[in-house]
Amino acid sequence: MPKVTTLVVGAGHSGLAMSRHLAERSIDHVVLERGEVAHSWRTQRWDSFRLLTPNWMTRLPDFAYGGDDPDGYQTAPELAGLIDGYAKRIGAPVRANTTVESVRPADDGFVVRTDQETWQARTVVLASGAHNVARLPPVAEAVPPELPALTALDYREPGPLPEGGVLVVGASSTGVQIAREVALSGRPVTLAVGEHVRMPRVYRGRDVLWWMDAAGVLDERYDEVPDLTRARNLPSMQLVGTPERVTVDLTALSRLGVRLVGKLAGVRDGRLLFSGSLANVCTLADLKLGRLLDTFDAWASRTGFDPGQAPERFPATAPPRAPLTLQLSEIRSVVWATGFRPELSWLDVPILDRKGRVVHDGGIAGWPGLYLLGMPFLRRRRSSLIDGAGADARELAEHLVRFLG
Amino acid sequence: MTATDLPVNNGVNVEALLGARQALGDSPDIAKFTWRTVNSWVRGTQSRSSVETFYGLGAEQRHKTKFEFDADHPEVFAAEDNGITPVEFVLVALGSCLTAGVAAVAQQRQIQLNSVTATIEADFDIHGILGADPEVRNGFSDVRVSYDIDADASPEDVKALVAQSQKRSAVYDILTNPTNVTVDVK
Repeated sequence: MPKVTTLVVGAGHSGLAMSRHLAERSIDHVVLERGEVAHSWRTQRWDSFRLLTPNWMTRLPDFAYGGDDPDGYQTAPELAGLIDGYAKRIGAPVRANTTVESVRPADDGFVVRTDQETWQARTVVLASGAHNVARLPPVAEAVPPELPALTALDYREPGPLPEGGVLVVGASSTGVQIAREVALSGRPVTLAVGEHVRMPRVYRGRDVLWWMDAAGVLDERYDEVPDLTRARNLPSMQLVGTPERVTVDLTALSRLGVRLVGKLAGVRDGRLLFSGSLANVCTLADLKLGRLLDTFDAWASRTGFDPGQAPERFPATAPPRAPLTLQLSEIRSVVWATGFRPELSWLDVPILDRKGRVVHDGGIAGWPGLYLLGMPFLRRRRSSLIDGAGADARELAEHLVRFLG
Repeated sequence: MTATDLPVNNGVNVEALLGARQALGDSPDIAKFTWRTVNSWVRGTQSRSSVETFYGLGAEQRHKTKFEFDADHPEVFAAEDNGITPVEFVLVALGSCLTAGVAAVAQQRQIQLNSVTATIEADFDIHGILGADPEVRNGFSDVRVSYDIDADASPEDVKALVAQSQKRSAVYDILTNPTNVTVDVK
């Protein structure tokens, strides 16, 4: 049985950032990848997908964007190419097309069985991603199975959707992006909106992520945030990366003709039922955005930074009166944009909580020698972004070295 | 520390509530509650509901005392008006739930409340309950809550209190989302 000090599961940006930090510390390791490097970026994104973060924020250990469009937003194939180039440049020991079938504790670490060889490893880093499987709410079971339904992982473009009304469930970045492009394709779109994170693409002339980066919002640590459970479960920001830097909040979608309704609550007597809470989730998102902009403005005055444009506040979201029920026959297809979850059925280590999530403290899993990387707000707000992988991997690599003693 | 040691005191023991959330993580089953009331017909449209026991924290629980509520209909419905209407109880429930939430969230956010008043109104078309127009539902067509709050906080912070209270309110959820109801006869 081959032996290695550290096995990293997943050769995406997180696994590779970890590989770089392990190599720097002379830890012998192997990175297992079920497909090719950056597999999910290659296979599990819709055609128009672009990163939410501007190119200059695509930073990895010893890598910074050097192209000619620092303020642009990368497509999935461009990013896959970039990550692939990074893997080659750092000489990451990647075993591609190797699927992990089980990770289980052993006398001195773990036994990792794959569809190729079986490894013995003293430590294991789980970097296989947070978005492997679409998470559907219980109400999905109430929707008639004959209604064509896709998840955001299967959706590619509006073309193949049946003609007629499309219900997009969920107003995260995924949901608002799909609602926008389906509406632009000419189909009537209804967007079911629960809690969401409203965001302008540009504030005072700068990308909103530039502000978050500059004002330190992304550096907020997991052990400082008042409600970590909430922070880790926040829907993604309502952003889209387009050359025109358009904003894709609910007001913008309304203008495009998207019909906004409350959270999908049930199906009864041939009608879809929506929650009457739309007004409040809009108010919550507006107030939260206001507080974020206050943070930016306070940072600018404190540091004397003048972006050349005065502070502004965006009008409150005022959705037109939403119908509470809709005849099912108005809807010809459903796109579920209700979030994702990791697929960890191969993890035979007893550290999952009652909801199947790995119990961990900032990526240090509740089992000696096991680490987790690439999860929302793992160690800081930035952890949810590619730009967060470097610092998280460094800190976990430091812990791993101490653990090895 | 208890709420009374804090400079801001709205009389809500937030530490106990947050402690409860922590405890639930360890044993989620104790989170399961069952509420109950016993309703008896008096005469006409009048009935009396008593509330005394409920189930929670893994055991039968009891209020300090047995509470009784009479419901009836007003004279314009050709009734004797010996109590408020059942739909008004729904407004009572919504207002009390949201206001309790406002106080708890204010305590958690260290906002001193001086006065909180809410007016709760619901629109209702009796064509529904009379069976006079099948297109009119029996229940409310609209519910409006208007808060007047005097607190040591900015208007934005007060708005955030009220929004957060709705987000965490049981009765708000009950009113805005469908719930399965089964009624059987012994």
